[in-house]
Amino acid sequence: MTQLTASTRQLTERPRRPRSIGGSVLGLAAWLGGLVLFLPVAWMVLTSFHSEADAASNPPALTAPLTLEGYRSFLDSGPWPPLINSLTASLASTALVLLLALPAAYALAIRPVKGWRDALFFFLSTKMLPIVAGLLPIYLFARNVGLLDNVWLLVLLYTSMNLPIAVWMLQSFLAEVPVSVIEAAQLDGARLPVVLGRVIAPIVLPGVAATALICFIFSWNELLLARVLTGVVAETAPVFLTRFITSQGLFLAQLSAAAVAISLPVLAAGFAAQDKLVQGLSLGAVK
Amino acid sequence: MTTTTESPAGSSRPRPARSGQAPRRPGRARAWATRAPLLPALVFLILVTQLPFAATLVISLFEWNALYPEDRAFTGLDNYESVLGESSLRGAVFTTALLTATVVIVSLLLGLALALLLDRRFRGRGLVRTMAITPFLVVPVAAALMWKHLLFNPEYGLLNGLLGKFGDLFGFTAPQPDWISDMPLLAVEISLIWQWTPFMMLILLAGLQSRPAELAEAARIDGAGDWQIFRHLTLPHLRRYLELGALLGSIYVVQNFEAVYTLTGGALDTANLPFVIYREFYRAQDYGVASAAGVLVVIGSLAIAVLALRVVSSLFREEGSRG
Repeated sequence: MTQLTASTRQLTERPRRPRSIGGSVLGLAAWLGGLVLFLPVAWMVLTSFHSEADAASNPPALTAPLTLEGYRSFLDSGPWPPLINSLTASLASTALVLLLALPAAYALAIRPVKGWRDALFFFLSTKMLPIVAGLLPIYLFARNVGLLDNVWLLVLLYTSMNLPIAVWMLQSFLAEVPVSVIEAAQLDGARLPVVLGRVIAPIVLPGVAATALICFIFSWNELLLARVLTGVVAETAPVFLTRFITSQGLFLAQLSAAAVAISLPVLAAGFAAQDKLVQGLSLGAVK
Repeated sequence: MTTTTESPAGSSRPRPARSGQAPRRPGRARAWATRAPLLPALVFLILVTQLPFAATLVISLFEWNALYPEDRAFTGLDNYESVLGESSLRGAVFTTALLTATVVIVSLLLGLALALLLDRRFRGRGLVRTMAITPFLVVPVAAALMWKHLLFNPEYGLLNGLLGKFGDLFGFTAPQPDWISDMPLLAVEISLIWQWTPFMMLILLAGLQSRPAELAEAARIDGAGDWQIFRHLTLPHLRRYLELGALLGSIYVVQNFEAVYTLTGGALDTANLPFVIYREFYRAQDYGVASAAGVLVVIGSLAIAVLALRVVSSLFREEGSRG
C-alpha cells in the first residue's frame, strides 16, 4: 500500500522515468518477498506474547490479548546457566580466535611470508571438512582427560571452527592497509608497536569488529558439538532449547519466548554487522 | 622474502622495497621471525581439526563397540561395507545428496530473484533487505523448532491456519495436511530453503553491486532490452557468485544437523549423514561404523571443497587484479 502511494507521488513529482509503473510492481514484489521471509519470525514473536491457550488456537488468534506469561515461564525454567555457558563459550572463543588470527593475518597480508597463498588456502580447506567427522576422537579424548561437560572444551572447538574464517577476513582487511603509510611511519622512526597501534589499528578496527561478530554468531548457534560433549553443567543455550518441550501440554508460547530470547543476541549482532555479514559468510571472497 | 606474490588487495600495491633495511637474502633467523606470527594459528588448527580426522580414519578400520570394549579388533574395510551395505545407511547417503541439492538449487534461484528485486531503488529497500535476512539470523535450532511446532503443526500451525482461512474466504474446504508426516523430507527442505535463501541473496546482491554500471547503460543506449542485458551482461558477471553461493551453501547444508534432528528426528527416510554419525555414535555406540560414516562424509565434502577452493581462488585473483 505504501509502495503504491509512494510511486504515484514519484510519478507526479518526478516524471523522468517512464518505467515507473513496472518499477512499482517490481518494488511490490520485493516487499512481498521480504514479508514472506519475515512472516514466520513475526509469527513466532507474536506467539511469544500470547497466552498458551491463544497460541494453540485454530484458526490462528491474530488479535489475542498480549501477555508476558511465555517469557515468565521461560525465565522460571532456569535459563541463566545455559545462557552464561553460551556467552562464555562464544566470547572466550571469539577472543582466542582474534588472538591467534591477528598475528597470522599480519604475516599473510602486511609482510607476506613465502607461500602465504598456500597457507591461506590450507586454513580455508579445514573449514570445508565437516567437524562431525572428527566427533568421536574428540569425545574419546575429552573423556580421557576429563574435559567432558566442560565449557572450555567448547571454547577450544569453537576456536578451531572459526579460526579459518577469521584468518581469511582479517587478511583481507589488513591487505587494505597501504604499505606506503606503514613505510612512511617507519621512516619517521616509529617502532613496530607504534605502527600497529597508531597506523594499522585505526584502519582495520571495523573489520576486526565485524570478524568478531561473525565468530560470535557461529559459536552461539552451534548445536551438535554442544549436544554431544556437554551435559548438565556446561549445557549451552541451543541444547537447553531442544529439551524445552517438556510434555504434551501446551508449550507453544514459552517455546516461542525461549526461541526469541535465545536468538536475540544473534539478531542484534547480525543486524549490526549487516554489511560485513556477506564478507564473513563468503570467507572474505566477496566484499 | 620480497617475492612477486600479489597481495589480495591489489597487485598494483608496490611490494615493500626494504632497501638498506634488510639484506638481500635474509638469514634463517629472520625468515623464522616473519613466519612466527603464523605458527600459533597453524599449529592450533592442525591439532584440533586434522588430528581428529586422522584418528577417525584409524578407528574406522576397527571393530569397536563401546558396549563391548574388549572386542576391539582390526577389521579392514568391514565397517565401510556395513555403512554402504545397510540400506538405512545407504539411504542416508542418498538423502544427504538429495537434501543438499534441493536446498541449494531452490534457495539459489529464490535468492537470485530477490537479489535482482533488491538491486533496484525503491521505497523501503533497507527495511525489506533487513526483513529478508532475518531468517538467517535466527538460531538454527530455534528456527527448526519454530517450523515444527508453530508452522507445520497440523492442528494449530500457522500454515494450516492460513489454508483454512483461505478456504473460508473462497468457500471451499482447504486441505489440512500433516506436513511433517505426509512430506517429511519436503518439510525439512522448506525450513532449510527458508533459512538459506537470505544467504544466497546476500552473496548475489554483492555480486550485482560489483557489476560495472556503465556497461549496462551503454547497452541500453544501443537498444538492448532488460532481458538481453540480464542474459548477456548480468548473468555472465554473476556466474562466479552463483558458483560461490552454490558451493559454500553445499558445504554448510551437507553438514546440517539441526533441521533433521529437530523436525523428524531422522525418521521417515530423512536421516542425513551427519545425523547418522550422531545416531550411531550416540545411541548405538558403534564407534567403528560411526567413524566409517564420518570418513565417507569427508570424502564427499572433499569433492565439493576442491571445487569451492577453485572458485574462491578465482574470485580472489579477480579482486587482486582489479587493484
